[in-house]
Amino acid sequence: MTSLPTTIQDVFNEPGCARNASKSNVERKNGCTKQLKPGGVAGGCAFDGAKVALQPFTDVAHLVHGPIACEGNSWDNRGSASSGSDLWRRSFTTDMSETDIVFGGEKRLYRAVKEITEKYDPQAIFVYQTCVPAMIGDDIDMVCKAASAKFGKPVIPINAPGFVGSKNLGNKLAGEALLEHVIGTGEPDYTTAYDINIIGEYNLSGELWQVKPLLDELGIRILSCISGDGKYREVAYSHRAKAAMMVCSKAMINVARKMRQRYGIPFFEGSFYGIEDSSDSLRQIARMLIERGAPAELMERTQALIAREETKAWAAIERFKPRFAAKRVVLITGGVKSWSIVAALQEAGLEIVGTSVKKSTKKDKERIKELMGQDAHMIEDMSPREIYKMLKDAKADIMLSGGKSQFVALKAAMPWLDINQERCHAYMGYIGIVKLMEEIEKALYNPIWDQLRQPAPWDEFDRKRQATTVAQMYAQAADPVRDASKNGVNTISSCNESEASGGESAIAAHGPNLAKPAGPCTNSTARCVACKDIRSDLQPPALQAAE
Amino acid sequence: MAIVTTSNKACSVNPLKMSQPIGGSFAFLGLRGAMPLLHGPQGCTSFGLTLFVRHFNEAVPMQTTAMSEVATVLGGHENLEQAILNLYNRVEPEIIGINSTGVTETNGDDVEAFIRLIRQKHPKLEKLPLVYVSTPDFKDAFQDGWGKTVARMIEVLVAPVDAARPRDTSRVNVLPGCHLTPGDLDELRTIFEDFGLKPSFLPDLAGSLDGHIPDEFTPTTIGGIGVDEIATMGQVAWTVAIGAQMRRAAEAMQVRTGTPFRLFDRLCGLIPNDEFIAFLSQISGRSVPWKYRRQRGQLADAMLDAHFHIGGRKLAIGAEPDLLFDLSSLLHEMGAKVSAAVTTTNSPVLQRVRTEDVLIGDLEDLEELARSRDCDLLMSHSHGRQAASRLNVPFFRVGFPMFDRLGAAHLTTAGYRGTRDLIFDIANLIITDRETNHGPTPDTWRSTCGGPQVHPPQVH
Repeated sequence: MTSLPTTIQDVFNEPGCARNASKSNVERKNGCTKQLKPGGVAGGCAFDGAKVALQPFTDVAHLVHGPIACEGNSWDNRGSASSGSDLWRRSFTTDMSETDIVFGGEKRLYRAVKEITEKYDPQAIFVYQTCVPAMIGDDIDMVCKAASAKFGKPVIPINAPGFVGSKNLGNKLAGEALLEHVIGTGEPDYTTAYDINIIGEYNLSGELWQVKPLLDELGIRILSCISGDGKYREVAYSHRAKAAMMVCSKAMINVARKMRQRYGIPFFEGSFYGIEDSSDSLRQIARMLIERGAPAELMERTQALIAREETKAWAAIERFKPRFAAKRVVLITGGVKSWSIVAALQEAGLEIVGTSVKKSTKKDKERIKELMGQDAHMIEDMSPREIYKMLKDAKADIMLSGGKSQFVALKAAMPWLDINQERCHAYMGYIGIVKLMEEIEKALYNPIWDQLRQPAPWDEFDRKRQATTVAQMYAQAADPVRDASKNGVNTISSCNESEASGGESAIAAHGPNLAKPAGPCTNSTARCVACKDIRSDLQPPALQAAE
Repeated sequence: MAIVTTSNKACSVNPLKMSQPIGGSFAFLGLRGAMPLLHGPQGCTSFGLTLFVRHFNEAVPMQTTAMSEVATVLGGHENLEQAILNLYNRVEPEIIGINSTGVTETNGDDVEAFIRLIRQKHPKLEKLPLVYVSTPDFKDAFQDGWGKTVARMIEVLVAPVDAARPRDTSRVNVLPGCHLTPGDLDELRTIFEDFGLKPSFLPDLAGSLDGHIPDEFTPTTIGGIGVDEIATMGQVAWTVAIGAQMRRAAEAMQVRTGTPFRLFDRLCGLIPNDEFIAFLSQISGRSVPWKYRRQRGQLADAMLDAHFHIGGRKLAIGAEPDLLFDLSSLLHEMGAKVSAAVTTTNSPVLQRVRTEDVLIGDLEDLEELARSRDCDLLMSHSHGRQAASRLNVPFFRVGFPMFDRLGAAHLTTAGYRGTRDLIFDIANLIITDRETNHGPTPDTWRSTCGGPQVHPPQVH
């Protein structure tokens, strides 16, 4: 068993990571331990990352060892879908009290495992370490070992307390836990030449099921998906797969690479977002399986299926073209995912005017230029205020991003679509991309935008009033004689603008040609006694004439 | 009188409770230009932030001192200093509200001392109010964090009173519990104003999280009560506190400024609102406006119309103490039986809940109790949805968080009008359930233990 710091060092030194490989030796030594800036971060912690990566395992009880904050504030917030058990949606935590902190929480943790075993009898229990028990030295590895022996069921320690790093590190530490304790501990009932693993796919909104029917049609079996709609037993025997597809590369590359190293399972990095990427991924899967011994005819069937699905999808997208002509999109997302849909968006006639490159490598950026042309606006790290301004100035027609920036767009009365984890629509595969187009169309052409972009009627009054006041000032300055006759009162009202508004809004209400004074409508005299004497100065000419 | 017990499980399943620090940050969100700052690892802030964003569907400002493992070993002074300076330079807040977390409390960070050192070292921070509240995760719950934070705001931000100056009788301090929504606060503001009183809400979530559209994007809160207004709250004639959790804050105000207070345990229901309106009439010296006489009649009529549906219902309710007291009292008064009551933390109101026992526990406990006691209406925050669907009973979402329905900020239960609407909503839920799930069939009333069915002989 390796210590946590050693594991973290190991995870940082990831040869399979393109970004890591592109670093100099010195940079690499520093690892990915980007120092977090106090008062300037908003991301999740390592525990969050570990939980996100593993929670989609459906028949596992996920037990969080820590005070109430870690689980009580965060449970039931992800949209993974399950085809079987709903155990993963329940929440288990030791809810450590002050007494536990003083006397140690190990006993409580052990009792918690016992209670879960008795009440829910899950396939396995994953125990998540958090900051406070890590600080006081609770040894969850030992507790898990003891409980596992006692209750005769896998109790797996997930050692990723929040303060060791970012969400991304947590994803990887979760992967390490699987590699160390789960993968390779079971055997499937049978194997086929068509068995694959999908790594780093969480089945959000059930999107894996947009692709699974195609794999089923080709006779390709998902031996194990880590972790969307996953089952404990499947991960345990996942080392018997013939090939693997790694979906969310930044999250679980260590799992894919180490499984290749240990069990000789080749993997590729692919995506099911967008038409071309979906086709590429299917072809890659077929190619790898054939290399590992599957009959060559698999490729022919795969090509035929791709041709059929592509034709259908492009035909479905065709109808959006006139609707999307000259519409501009800003994509704000974690780099990788965005490329795969860029092609489809462009094919449908949308113009991509900007994309975020915060998480992208140099190579990524070159690819973006290739796809979107030299003029593509690459947003390095834009503050919400800047994004808001960009949208307000109508430099785009719609923004696609993750939930965090949604209000920046919506409050600027800008159509917005969620393309990250919290979304409630599935956008995978050939069906998903068409669904995405539908959603974009719905967002772009919703009638609310016209109404919402109209200012409130009083904004116009305010502007007119201001203009009149300014004109009055100039008139005074240009006519010193008149100015002097007013006993030197040449300042504008000392009370705030709402006082002066009385006359103006009366004009707006009655039209400029007032037959009689607007007195009854304004009631302004009641509001400001101090400025009463100079009020006549401020009244627009029409009113003065009327008086 | 209810007996209060605490669950003795080692493992909390489906927690009802949320942590104290984010209750504190929630209070700071009701201040204008505020930046709540959790002193702890970044996850503490990230989870709380997600919860607020999903509840309100609003951008919510919240920051972290981003304590790493190494920083925890070395102590949090430097991280706190950097966080405050970064926020000061980057977002120019009018106030930074700091709450501690489990990590920094376990570590024993002396944050008040840190703040003094930071102020000494950086004189430019002199004018920036920094309010620190100790809120360890491993003690108490969300509403405690709120109550403690409001009390601390008063101690730090309210200016000492000038005894020579008379109190401003046209102003009232209002200290609302965290179970009141922005909608409730707006309703109460209108009521105060109708009596010619000018209320200062501390905190004022209605100003910041009511869902309005700002002209410009701001990194801090976009509304709420200003620090300048809070400073003048000592000179006011009365403090009105709503919910037992606000007693600490109301007392802090009384100790600091001598302002007398009146605590209303609840503002949902006929009699509580009668008391409230009578009180306002008394302190304002005005007779009760026609509008409220009429609203009282509407509420009475709603009670008449709804008691057929609500009466006799066996209610299971999971909520923080003040909200639990509020809703269970109302429904008890409408003829429902509070059969299962689960809450998060201790409070003096729990003994007065109109039921036999109140359990400090989780949603698993509530689900079990509801099942064994045959409850047919479940009320809790959104996390109760799973239990309700397993129990197959109607589910009324109330409280925080409400992340799977829209309009949580505007759900109004305070005042005659709020109570009236709440009663209608609950009654309608029950009617829908009856129509959908409990329609009569020829076999509904057939006795299963009676004798064999006799079929009459057929006659051609």
